Amino acid sequence: MNNEILSVGIDIGTSTTQVIFSRLAMENTAGFFSVPHVAITDKEVIYKSDIYITPLINSYLIDGDKVRDIVAAEFQKAGFTPADTQTGAVIITGESARKENSAVVLSKLSSFAGEFVVSTAGPDLESVIAGKGSGAQSYSEDNACVAVNLDIGGGTTNIVVFDCGKVVGKGCLDIGGRLLKLDKSYNVSYVSPTAQKISDKLSLGLEEGRTTNEQALASLCAEMVNLTEQALGLYEKSPLAESVVTKGSTPLVIEKPIRAVCFSGGVADCIYNSDREPLAYGDIGVHLGKAFRQGRLYSDFHLIKAKETIRATVVGAGTYTTSISGSTIAYSENILPIKNAPVLKLTRAEQEKVFAGDTAFLVDKLKWFMEQSDTALPVLSFEGERNPSYLATRRCAACIGFALDQTLEAGKPMLIVTECDIAKALGQAIQMEFGSRRDIICIDSISVEDGDFVDLGKPLMDGLVIPVVVKTLIFG
Amino acid sequence: MNNEQVESIVKAVMAQLAASGDLPATAQESTVRQAVQTTVAASPAADIEDIADPEVKHRPLLDNPADADGLQRMLSKTPARIGVGKAGARLKTKTQLALRADHAAARDSVFADVDENLIQEMNLLSVQTCCHDRNEHLTRPDLGRKFDEKTAAELKAHCTANPDVQFIVSDGLSSKAIEANIKNVLPAVMDGVKALGYSVGTPFFVKFGRVGCMDHAGELLGSKVTCILIGERPGLGTAESMSAYITYGSKVGMSESLRTVVSNIHSGGITPVEAGAYLAEVIDLIMKNKASGVNLRK
Repeated sequence: MNNEILSVGIDIGTSTTQVIFSRLAMENTAGFFSVPHVAITDKEVIYKSDIYITPLINSYLIDGDKVRDIVAAEFQKAGFTPADTQTGAVIITGESARKENSAVVLSKLSSFAGEFVVSTAGPDLESVIAGKGSGAQSYSEDNACVAVNLDIGGGTTNIVVFDCGKVVGKGCLDIGGRLLKLDKSYNVSYVSPTAQKISDKLSLGLEEGRTTNEQALASLCAEMVNLTEQALGLYEKSPLAESVVTKGSTPLVIEKPIRAVCFSGGVADCIYNSDREPLAYGDIGVHLGKAFRQGRLYSDFHLIKAKETIRATVVGAGTYTTSISGSTIAYSENILPIKNAPVLKLTRAEQEKVFAGDTAFLVDKLKWFMEQSDTALPVLSFEGERNPSYLATRRCAACIGFALDQTLEAGKPMLIVTECDIAKALGQAIQMEFGSRRDIICIDSISVEDGDFVDLGKPLMDGLVIPVVVKTLIFG
Repeated sequence: MNNEQVESIVKAVMAQLAASGDLPATAQESTVRQAVQTTVAASPAADIEDIADPEVKHRPLLDNPADADGLQRMLSKTPARIGVGKAGARLKTKTQLALRADHAAARDSVFADVDENLIQEMNLLSVQTCCHDRNEHLTRPDLGRKFDEKTAAELKAHCTANPDVQFIVSDGLSSKAIEANIKNVLPAVMDGVKALGYSVGTPFFVKFGRVGCMDHAGELLGSKVTCILIGERPGLGTAESMSAYITYGSKVGMSESLRTVVSNIHSGGITPVEAGAYLAEVIDLIMKNKASGVNLRK
């Protein structure tokens, strides 16, 4: 039984590029006499690459050829070929996550996209991935508490809040160690728009081509820490705090009091360790780390020792992006894998209409969605009912089957994802009526949101489960 | 409690006293009535909780837990009786009562019969094993595994011979399990199996059945695959759990290890509809391999 899969994680950030490989072990955890229940039982990072400075052509455009060379060399060093990997994620983060860069990476790394490697981006997803990679999520789950992870990189600080291991808040700020670049003689070579804003407000006189001093850097970093603490609700928010929120990120809302704090990202090393030489990296990373050390986030809460700091995002990408479907599902194997299918998620009220057999409503909704998102391959998703009757299941199947058959182009498969464990019954019922006309994939135990995208991999564990990656954004 | 109920209690008490033969001279009906009324007035009848209600059961009884949220989360993950606290060295009264209520429910589901209306509604032929009553069913497992000649003839007359798959429903040790699940499992698995292109025999219900009665039935009807849906021996967790036993080429005396089992079918385990769909797939696998039980795993 193929109970292990190899996953690759590639993180291309504002300042660094990294590759890791991890093994995900799966097991049927149900007893011999029970319905199978496959779960990911072990996750182990088996190879970590060196940390490379992200190769750039100019101040923001990634050098795709050089990135490809790095990745190729790391595959070779790790002793794997792209064909060995069954899943994984390429994640483009921070300021690198521009459309032009995404396109470059996609084209240059496509040859490494083994069986099922996907590309993702977006500040929200990055926050969550880093929080999983740093160990903040498992701390929150194990200790049943609210824990926040701050992944402080070169260009951005990605924030995620976990309550008992579940994501309850996420956000991203344009705060990082490379917002200002300078040499050892304090000659400033780069000032980011955010650093400029802070400099102007505090009259620090930071400007490209001019020299600066320790005091100005300390003030700049103290204000950056202050703005972060405002975002986490430790102080009243100033107008400046709103202006450093990363474009396209979710506004951070803190509902329950924070108990524990974890730092990851490149700057985290300078927070946990006070022995770094200032200006060692030609930027303000060490200063920023020191400022965080002196701030309230460091001292007022339980401090979690991060399992990964600078590698949190890449470890998260390679290890935590793949989940697996429920073990009683229905699918046509020949059409897998499927990539980047957009999700139409029904609300509870809409789901009730479907269970009541309101086909006209569903046809309209599907047509609207397919037009809106310009797709021929939508994923229909809803929570489902925990213990539906057979009649209700048949009625729901008839409604969904009919509506999808009406709206999809000829030959396109029906893709259905539910949360409750009903996919096999639902899928079989749809197959009975429409199986001769269309391929069907109906899986459960996967939670998606409206507007997400999903990738469905080839079946694993003798066909019991399908690996699934849920993404909030795709590029290309 | 209304007057009618009070009167019926009074009547019952008087009858019992009379039957016991030691009716004291002082025991007038009016005295008994007064005693009953006093007792009724003192009991808070209206707001008694149903201690068998899962929601009530999942309320922690532990006083002053260090982490109340944590305890609630643990409770949500197991049906086990955790976080119940104690009174001295003993269980609290509530826990003790809940245990007894669950035990009573388990006993009820063993001793009750499956509702005749349900069997009719499901359009199932109803037959009985060689057991004559519930006691015999419980004490003589051997009789619960076979049918007498008359029943055998009836089955042969009513059921399609030599189907690919024969379904049987039986009370086994929990009638409640059948009442709770069969309506959603049987049609689901039958439709599933038919959709795979197999012929399905006439399903029937067996009263006082043991798993082994499927062997006798399979032999009589010549089915390739026989599948019995039968009530599991209830525990204190749930009394509604049903199992499916499936065999290829049923024969009286065949080894128990040749049965494929899917257990724990109930609303809190594998849900009935999903179980039905899964069973159809298992039966497909058994048909294709012409083997069941341990032979299927080879």
